Amino acid sequence: MSVLSGFATVLRRDLLIAIRRGPEALLPLVFLLVVVSLFPLGVGPSPALLASIGAGVIWIAALLATVISLDTLFRSDYEDGSLDQLLLSGLPVSLVALAKVAAHWLVSGLPLVLLSPLLATWMQLPGESWGALMASLALGTPILSLLGAVGAALTLGLKRGGQLLALLVFPLYVPVLIAGTGTVMAAADGLPYTPLLGLLLAGFLVALSLTPFATAAALKISVA
Amino acid sequence: MKSQNSFIVFFHKLGSPPHFYAIAGRLLPWLWGLFGVLAVVGLYWGLFRAPADYLQGESVRIMYVHVPAAWMSMLIYALMAGMAFVALVWRIRMVEILMISSAPVGAAFTLVALISGALWGRPTWGTYWVWDARLTSELVLLFLYLGAMGLHAAIDEPRKAARAMSLLVLVGVVNLPIIHYSVEWWNTLHQPASIGVSGSSIHPSMLWPLLITAIAAKLYYLANLFTRARLRLLEQDRRKHWVRKEVLAAELAGPEMDEPGAGAH
Amino acid sequence: MLSVRDLCLERHFEPVFEPLSFELAAGELLVVTGPNGCGKTTLIRLLAGLIEPTSGTVSNGFATLQYVGHESAVKAELSVRENLQFAARLAGGDDVDTAIAAMDLKPCAGQSGRTLSAGQRKRTALARLVAAKAELWLLDEPYTNLDATGIEGMDALLDRHLGAGGACVMATHGAHRPARAASAAAWLSREIALDARPLAA
Repeated sequence: MSVLSGFATVLRRDLLIAIRRGPEALLPLVFLLVVVSLFPLGVGPSPALLASIGAGVIWIAALLATVISLDTLFRSDYEDGSLDQLLLSGLPVSLVALAKVAAHWLVSGLPLVLLSPLLATWMQLPGESWGALMASLALGTPILSLLGAVGAALTLGLKRGGQLLALLVFPLYVPVLIAGTGTVMAAADGLPYTPLLGLLLAGFLVALSLTPFATAAALKISVA
Repeated sequence: MKSQNSFIVFFHKLGSPPHFYAIAGRLLPWLWGLFGVLAVVGLYWGLFRAPADYLQGESVRIMYVHVPAAWMSMLIYALMAGMAFVALVWRIRMVEILMISSAPVGAAFTLVALISGALWGRPTWGTYWVWDARLTSELVLLFLYLGAMGLHAAIDEPRKAARAMSLLVLVGVVNLPIIHYSVEWWNTLHQPASIGVSGSSIHPSMLWPLLITAIAAKLYYLANLFTRARLRLLEQDRRKHWVRKEVLAAELAGPEMDEPGAGAH
Repeated sequence: MLSVRDLCLERHFEPVFEPLSFELAAGELLVVTGPNGCGKTTLIRLLAGLIEPTSGTVSNGFATLQYVGHESAVKAELSVRENLQFAARLAGGDDVDTAIAAMDLKPCAGQSGRTLSAGQRKRTALARLVAAKAELWLLDEPYTNLDATGIEGMDALLDRHLGAGGACVMATHGAHRPARAASAAAWLSREIALDARPLAA
């Protein structure tokens, strides 16, 4: 089985499962909407205030939503024995991990990117920063999924796995958060933001090439 | 040639639990003793004898606690990462034990660095916390330590827990410079107040007590590490022959001890 | 040839079973017996390579391997056919009709995993052995949840596999042993019994 077709097979299976699960896959997105909408309620609806914290709020909500959705990345396969089968399939485990993360991002991360204009409106972000927001999320959420997968693989089968996952992964998310919000705030101030987007792109490429191996190692440890 | 050979033999012996237990046990009183002396000397010198800073006044003295603690917090994480690599690749149980035992000490130093940093900021800037690059990095480092300790505690099987923690520490150490630089950049972007010693170089009369407290901190780490590692070793090997011999020797020396599992066989 | 030498695994610093050594050639069945908790599942997973031994070696000379564990690995959201298709594709094939027929799954082939009974789920898991061919089979309690027909089907599968030169290690705590049909090729069967460890105080 060639590497590319193996990747496609696993990706297709995970997407099919996610689609069949239906509404359940949308929960992290609903969570995202709820969290962002709480901020005006909590800090007051002043447009200037919301605009000043908007980039941070949306990005932090994206972090939280990602961590929530990460829990399901490997859990179902771990519990019903499918993970064993994937590890024994002869495909490189890093490839399997990458395929699952890709499916996870398509279902949880991409909708988040597409929803961001709505969130930008809620947080009164100026129109000039919407493009930067979408671009930063489009590059940043895959990094969050890739990094988070390592944590999800390490906390498989643990009783408070979800909470522990958040603690493990948030320190790793700090650079992504800083770069992402920096991009949006630069755009809002009318400053050039492409250098920061370049950093995010670089981060994405590094994460893409390194994290699948860490995730594979973590899966092998968790399954033993 | 012969001394080089015995050096290698010494390290090889350290990898064996009963040998490590004995060697560490013999070193411990010296480590604690030397730490005590250097800590007293260094702190007395720094807190009472060394000159005050011309800008910050007496409050700069907290540097003699804060700076060694911050250095140790990062050094210990780096050491843990080295141990994690060895533990993952060669599966040496002794190295796993040393890594696990280092974590609480590293976390404690990080906490001391954070608290002393906060106290340092108070007289200078009027607030107990300031989001400058160093303090923020230390806080993230504390979360990395707590995460590693939390993961280890959450996994039931000890060797699996050690392997998972090793992987996490390695992932953390790769990210640490990225986190550090991103926080520094973020800091320049938002320009809050920052703590530090005024001027780009430290006056020699301040340098000596700092070095002494720094060495004292390293000795504290080693002494603490050896104590914890020996305890963990006893716990893990409690059914093995060498532990029974140790316990027997202790029993002959002191009052009766209840040995877990003694009645099983 | 599967070659195991002084295989040892420790959990919580206690060995799970006494050091094991054995060899398994093509056309041989090894039945691992023992009460619950004696390490049968752990042994099968060690042989599969899912667990690294504490000491000793497992040298697997067989080119391909199929593992059917305690959990059936049947996705609730996919149908029986889709589950088997995925397994087949991973092994480079695509034919699942033979597999469906072999384990009598035709009536429920289109049903989603969620609606299957325990026996149907087990038969789907075992059908993987047909959908994705392999030289070495590692089976953990293959007869659980099977009715008489299911057991017959499983035994027939095993008989054909061993007769054709395949090998199998099977862990079971029940009394049933696969029957040797009057097939052209004879195959050998051996047993290893794992004792329950004395429970530590």
